[in-house]
Amino acid sequence: MEIPYTYKPRPDTGLYNAKVGIWLFLASEIMLFGALFSSYILLRVTSPEGEWPLVERAWPHGLLNIPIGTFNTAVLITSSVTVVLAWAALKMNQFGKFRAYMLVTLACAFGFLGIKSYEYNEKFTHYELRLKDGQVHTGHIEVNGKHAGFWDFGSIYNLDRLGKEQVKEIAFTADPAKPKPGEKHAEGAAHEHKKMTVQVSDIQKLDAFILRNHTFFAIYFVVTALHGLHVLGGALVLGYFAFPGASMWRKNPEQFTNRIEVAGLFWHFVDLVWIFLFPVVYLL
Amino acid sequence: MSLKAFHVVFIAASASLAAMMAAWAIGNWRSGGSAADLAWGVGAGAACLALVAYGAVFVRKLRHISYL
Repeated sequence: MEIPYTYKPRPDTGLYNAKVGIWLFLASEIMLFGALFSSYILLRVTSPEGEWPLVERAWPHGLLNIPIGTFNTAVLITSSVTVVLAWAALKMNQFGKFRAYMLVTLACAFGFLGIKSYEYNEKFTHYELRLKDGQVHTGHIEVNGKHAGFWDFGSIYNLDRLGKEQVKEIAFTADPAKPKPGEKHAEGAAHEHKKMTVQVSDIQKLDAFILRNHTFFAIYFVVTALHGLHVLGGALVLGYFAFPGASMWRKNPEQFTNRIEVAGLFWHFVDLVWIFLFPVVYLL
Repeated sequence: MSLKAFHVVFIAASASLAAMMAAWAIGNWRSGGSAADLAWGVGAGAACLALVAYGAVFVRKLRHISYL
């Protein structure tokens, strides 16, 4: 017996089965991301007043790279345009154009993930340093003359690890002092990264910009990594339909077109999450 | 809701984001920011207009496809 409405729409609703299914799934996704957005907002509004890192638990501002985030946003918007063009190409019976648009979509998806992994690496190698004399810095460390490599989790240090490995001193390259919002650097102010040698015995706190360091990093990594997993999952599905799954086009073009529409709906949802995530996390 | 309808919603959200970015960057420039802030604001404003224009063309070209 054939399952009804697998690709022909049901007359009373005007929808085929997969479209109902994907919208139910997206409803559950809205609840998942909605809970994380709420968590972000609550953590932020309940954080102490002041400027991080001067105030230890205050909310950090300006830590994320806005030009890179903007570029990544443009990449995702482009991918949404190309996925819808791929679907429209199938509607017009142009399989060659469909595949070309899908390739651009996949390039955008993997481009987004590549840029995001670069951003993550920037955080894994960036440190908050608090000294016992009250000085606070952010910057990069060198331990035993070595910098951390790309996604080199083995090179993430904190004070406990320095103690266990009996490291006596580290080299620290501090970030330049940031001007206050709307102010320019004063004449003669430090624009350059200051290099210094720090005795481990003088350190009160040393930790990278990772989840355990601050609630901002915890929620930032959880939300953006979950979004990144959705991008990866969506890219795998789109890649399947662009190549091995495309054989369905010859047997049942209408059902194949519907599958691309459903995959495109998921892709648009993932991109729409980023459209909300980007201003909340990067700009506000 | 079809992919066409969701795409229209998505482009509207993207255009709103670009408009917000333009306002944010121009606000920074007006409160003593650099020429880069102004360029950023103008670029975001242009992106907003481009998205609105694209959305209008998209709706016109795919008018034969249902929103359902």
